[in-house]
Amino acid sequence: MITEAVASPAGSDPGAAAARATDAILDDTLHGTARGVVVDSPPGAGKSTLVVRAALELAAAGRPLMVVAQTNAQVDDLVLRLAEKNPDLPVGRLHSSDTDPYDKALDALENVRTSAKAADLTGLDVVLSTAAKWAHVKGVEPWRHAIVDEAYQMRSDALLAVANLFERALFVGDPGQLDPFAIVGSEQWAGLSYDPSASAVTTLLAHNPGLPQHRLPVSWRLPASAAPLVSDAFYPYTPFRSGTGHGDRGLTLAVPPDGSGPDRVIDEAAESGWGLLELPARHTPRTDPEAVRAVATVVRRLLDRGGATTSERSPDPVPLTAGRIAVGTAHRDQAAAVRAALTELGVTDVTVDTANRLQGREYDVTVVLHPLSGRPDATAFHLETGRLCVLASRHRHACIVVCRAGVGDLLDDYPSTEPVQLGTLVKFPDGWEANHAVLAHLAEHRVRWQP
Amino acid sequence: MPPPRTPERKLRHRLAELRGPEVQAKALDARALAALAANPGCRRRAILDGAGVNKAALASALGSPSVFGQSQFAFVRGNAFEAKVKADGGTELLRLAHEKLDRSAEPPTAARVPDLTAPGPAGCLERTRLALREAAEAAAADPGTWTLLDHPMLALDVAGSPAFLEPDAVVVHPDGSWTVVEIKSFPMLDGAADPSKVGAAARQAAVYVLALEEVAGRLDPPPRVRHRILLVCPKDFSNLPTASAVDVRKQRAVTARQLARLTRIEEIADALPEGTCFSPELPAEQLTAAVESVPATYAPECLSACELAFHCRDRSRAAGAVTSLGRPVRAELGGLTTVRDVLAAAHGRAGDPDDPVVAALRRAAALRAEALGTAAAAAPAAVREVAPCR
Amino acid sequence: MSLITTLARLEAVSTGRARPAATVRHRHLSTRPLVFVPLTTAGEAGAPLGALVGTDRDAPRLLVVPQPRDRDLRFAFLAELADVVLPYVDGFAGAVEAAERTETDPETGKRVKVEVELCADAPQLIVPSRAGIDLVRLLGRSMRFRRTAEQDPETPFPAPPRVPLLGRWLTHFGERARVPGSSLLLAMTDVLARHWATGQSTLEDQHLGALLAWIAPPEGRSGAEAAQEAELARDADGQLVCPPAGPATDPAFDNKLLAPAIERYDRARTALAAAEDGLEADARLGALTAAERDVRALVESRTRPTWDAVWRGLDLLRELPQGARVEERWTRDRWSFTGHRDRVLAGEPPQPRRDDAVTAANKLAVREREQARLEAQEALDDPLVMAGRRLAGEAFAGEVVDVVMAYSESKRPSPRPLVTVRTDDRPHLGERTRVYRTLGGKPQTAEFAGYEDGGPDAGGDDGDDGGLLIVLRIMDKMGRGKEPEEGSVPEKGDRVCFTLFEHEPRGGAKLPDPEETPWTHGGPPGEEAAVPETADPVTEEDLL
Repeated sequence: MITEAVASPAGSDPGAAAARATDAILDDTLHGTARGVVVDSPPGAGKSTLVVRAALELAAAGRPLMVVAQTNAQVDDLVLRLAEKNPDLPVGRLHSSDTDPYDKALDALENVRTSAKAADLTGLDVVLSTAAKWAHVKGVEPWRHAIVDEAYQMRSDALLAVANLFERALFVGDPGQLDPFAIVGSEQWAGLSYDPSASAVTTLLAHNPGLPQHRLPVSWRLPASAAPLVSDAFYPYTPFRSGTGHGDRGLTLAVPPDGSGPDRVIDEAAESGWGLLELPARHTPRTDPEAVRAVATVVRRLLDRGGATTSERSPDPVPLTAGRIAVGTAHRDQAAAVRAALTELGVTDVTVDTANRLQGREYDVTVVLHPLSGRPDATAFHLETGRLCVLASRHRHACIVVCRAGVGDLLDDYPSTEPVQLGTLVKFPDGWEANHAVLAHLAEHRVRWQP
Repeated sequence: MPPPRTPERKLRHRLAELRGPEVQAKALDARALAALAANPGCRRRAILDGAGVNKAALASALGSPSVFGQSQFAFVRGNAFEAKVKADGGTELLRLAHEKLDRSAEPPTAARVPDLTAPGPAGCLERTRLALREAAEAAAADPGTWTLLDHPMLALDVAGSPAFLEPDAVVVHPDGSWTVVEIKSFPMLDGAADPSKVGAAARQAAVYVLALEEVAGRLDPPPRVRHRILLVCPKDFSNLPTASAVDVRKQRAVTARQLARLTRIEEIADALPEGTCFSPELPAEQLTAAVESVPATYAPECLSACELAFHCRDRSRAAGAVTSLGRPVRAELGGLTTVRDVLAAAHGRAGDPDDPVVAALRRAAALRAEALGTAAAAAPAAVREVAPCR
Repeated sequence: MSLITTLARLEAVSTGRARPAATVRHRHLSTRPLVFVPLTTAGEAGAPLGALVGTDRDAPRLLVVPQPRDRDLRFAFLAELADVVLPYVDGFAGAVEAAERTETDPETGKRVKVEVELCADAPQLIVPSRAGIDLVRLLGRSMRFRRTAEQDPETPFPAPPRVPLLGRWLTHFGERARVPGSSLLLAMTDVLARHWATGQSTLEDQHLGALLAWIAPPEGRSGAEAAQEAELARDADGQLVCPPAGPATDPAFDNKLLAPAIERYDRARTALAAAEDGLEADARLGALTAAERDVRALVESRTRPTWDAVWRGLDLLRELPQGARVEERWTRDRWSFTGHRDRVLAGEPPQPRRDDAVTAANKLAVREREQARLEAQEALDDPLVMAGRRLAGEAFAGEVVDVVMAYSESKRPSPRPLVTVRTDDRPHLGERTRVYRTLGGKPQTAEFAGYEDGGPDAGGDDGDDGGLLIVLRIMDKMGRGKEPEEGSVPEKGDRVCFTLFEHEPRGGAKLPDPEETPWTHGGPPGEEAAVPETADPVTEEDLL
């Protein structure tokens, strides 16, 4: 059962559509009878806001709950958000016994208690931890409610380890981001409803097909220029829209262009939301020096040219600072190379990271080194839909992709000899298809440059 | 013979020339489709398959015979299994189709099994088209009618040249929709089957789906071609049939895009020297030259998919191409493509040390040498334990 | 593929001989392994045609199914196989040593040590190739649900007595082989390819003959030539000179030699059945025996070269010194063997067709932990593997150039010395990244405290002044006193190697018992799960 909240006609108020979806979700969570409620949230659709609101409302209704997130950073972020919304709420942060197990900022919060033992936190309205830590909690009375955040990035076996701790749960996540994976083969369980290497949501729905499923229909992050492409390429069966219109966001540059490739692609992206800086075709190593330098130069010029953004949040121009720019790569060594190149150009404070680590983050402008740029071969890793989706959906204003020419040909030559397991659901979209769709769109915003 | 007039005829004429006089065109069989999937960018494979050249015969004539034989045990058993699946007017096959794909439909009782025999592939093609049209009419006239097409003949445009295809069977459902049936002799054991074999079957079926969609497109109203195909295999250790629905949307989409983007056979043919011919009757030298005139992109995956693979492997090795060791080998070698160049760069005999590929190779070579040196020093014969790292 | 392995392969191409991919042996080799070289009949799921099996390289036992479609002959084959394999396996079940295991006390719920038996050694099965491992699994699956006449007098086609037990053991071997680093069941091609890099692709390395040709080419020939010959050369009869290692046979062999021989056997058998008197029967029995001998000779001719190749592979591997941590992993194999021995003795039913949710998750957890352990241990045991990790930025080696004593900021300050290491490596270090080194066989932890000269981004590594200066804070293994224990802190001039990966990966949390499977995963098993799995229904048409 899927609630079609997105079917509202274009031009109707996205805020109202989003509110309707949220109301339906909270209604099912607070008053429904199903043991689980599943919410699909596309990039920037207000997932965290929803989680915080659901937690507060459950707590307000006198129903203590546990929250399961996947990383310590995610847990700490939720604790901070909860405390910000309701500083009086008694919150517990269950943490591991490693050194520095949680963000020190939590210590400053009066009503947040931290402990490595679940018993120390009993009776608190909300207790939050990672799935890995929750799995060690034994012999406690189950919580009546739980919220499982980033449920699509959680593995089925991780859910198995914690599911006896709660009676019912709200599962929230983004199906388009990177799938969980196992470091060893798990083919022998492919096709089983409880395949331990599948995502938690896949297993949950296979065993409980009647659970209410919702989705958040509006991306508040992605601008009107990006939502249709990301929606079509990565969410073909669960479309969403942008919360803002074409005129609502602006990126301006105080300094006129110098005619170079980086400046031209910046202007193109400022104008249209997308830019492709295409370097001449060449097979390169992962840390292609020209491409790395091009990425760094684009960032440098963005800062030098006095970028400023206007948006629904602030009609007055806000300077585009280093903190609002991110660089995304596929591999860690590429990120390291870009960082070094930025340091050489005197740029600091720009986030440079891999797709895996950029999941869930948001910036004004992103500069992306295309995962297939300069590669002589395309592997499943580089074609993974989630990777490209994460890289193409972190920005509020513009996304600039740096890439060698020839990726289209590479995709054409890439053999499609994937094995097929009987009984498994086909995951859509296909990485190959999605890559072609994004390339075709980027081609309209191409600036060719010989560095 | 007067020169052909239309471009299509011109191409057909040209391809016949490439095949050689009096040589029959070979249909695009499962192996050719597998080779297409394994190496879509290979021009040599494209032109040879496009022209209907018998690559196995060609490979033998070149002196690098293919190793794809079939054991008569497998052959006999495969045929026996297919016959069993299709016995009694396809009763079992249709029961499986109903159970796995179309439970809401009327269960099949007596199915129509039209005769599709005709002289030559073109005749069979016509018979198949006719039978499909009649099946649509029969389903409309009498709801609940199932039709089974045993070895229908289909055609598909591959890189500008028509290829004949022969699926194991096509089922026409009571609602008029069509399903491709693949009958394979590998087992489904406890509901699971060899994923690489299922994958190959899915890719093969996807091509048939595309060909059927072309036929459907010419009917009014166009019948639906189902994107879940029926894969029939022996169950566990028996030879009783069991089946599984396989979703081929992905394979269909990828194949459709590949077919749409394939270099036109015409273009490849035009680039060949005048008089090029691949007839196995020709002397080996001449054939080698003909084959060499069109570039190949050999990779070890070809060994399990293409009859010409051993010939291409010899050439690739002789040229010192690093891809003869596998496609992934190239991943970190950037623009370096030969064994000699890579080793020269790694051992400091060539290459710019500022080039990250060269730098990485030299670091790798140095680390490797250091490790082998450490091991040699740390392990005199009497010492059975090495402690490389404290 | 790491660039170091790529280089080794390219060097193999240019030198015509395989190059080392390891400097020590990373798998345990039994002093008395059981080698199993099976062949199957084409087109059928795991239908045996024959096998060579045994522990004596000079005296393998030849088992043959002269007519693979005959159920009785197959059962005879499996019974004979059981007669070889089970006594071998049983031979390891008796010798035990006392060991301790931590268990959860069912009454108190506390973790307590209990004294248990651990088999002093374990059996080891060696098959030629990965396909052989698949066949072991398939044979296990086909046999373990069979019913013997003793178990079920009604069963229509009773299996010989020890066949179901053999099925359970082969299933156990097959499952254990999925655990990274395990050695109960090994494929010779996999083990050889782990230790040598050839000048061909990994796909081609799965041909045992070609692989051995690269590693030890015949006098005066290059590995490439010898490998190609092993792959393709045929005799005047069109038969491969080096038959495939199986279990699949070469179609040319099937069609030209085997099929006619089986047909002769069939004819002789029909003739014998039609014999009208004892005298005629005697003569025809002679013909049948001759026909059977022919099939046996054919099967032996195709398995013997592979048998010899497997033993040659063992010789080559035994020349490598065993890695220091291999024995520890073998102990885990011994635990695995002992555990299955106990389950069989306790009368537990055979392994189910499919794992339940909890079992599957537990197996995956074990395998992921063992994979991490294997990767760490291979690197620690073998400088060549460590070189790959260093190249990937996951470890670094260098010389200690400075040690400064420092202490933790607590009421009772503990030593936290700062050690500066000069390295040419480029580890991926971030703020307070933990690194580990081996100290007296145990990992010692340190924390990345910074670069002395600004680090790689500052261009501190350019020029030839000798690489990066990495400052580490040593965190543990220095004893309880205020001053670190003797030898627990590296000294100036020491060569050290630190890894960014843990040496002893931690296990995850305990999963619920299968009876407590949560609702998200289908809930507890119902009553039908309590009933042992039924045998495969047997029909006249069954082939195995």
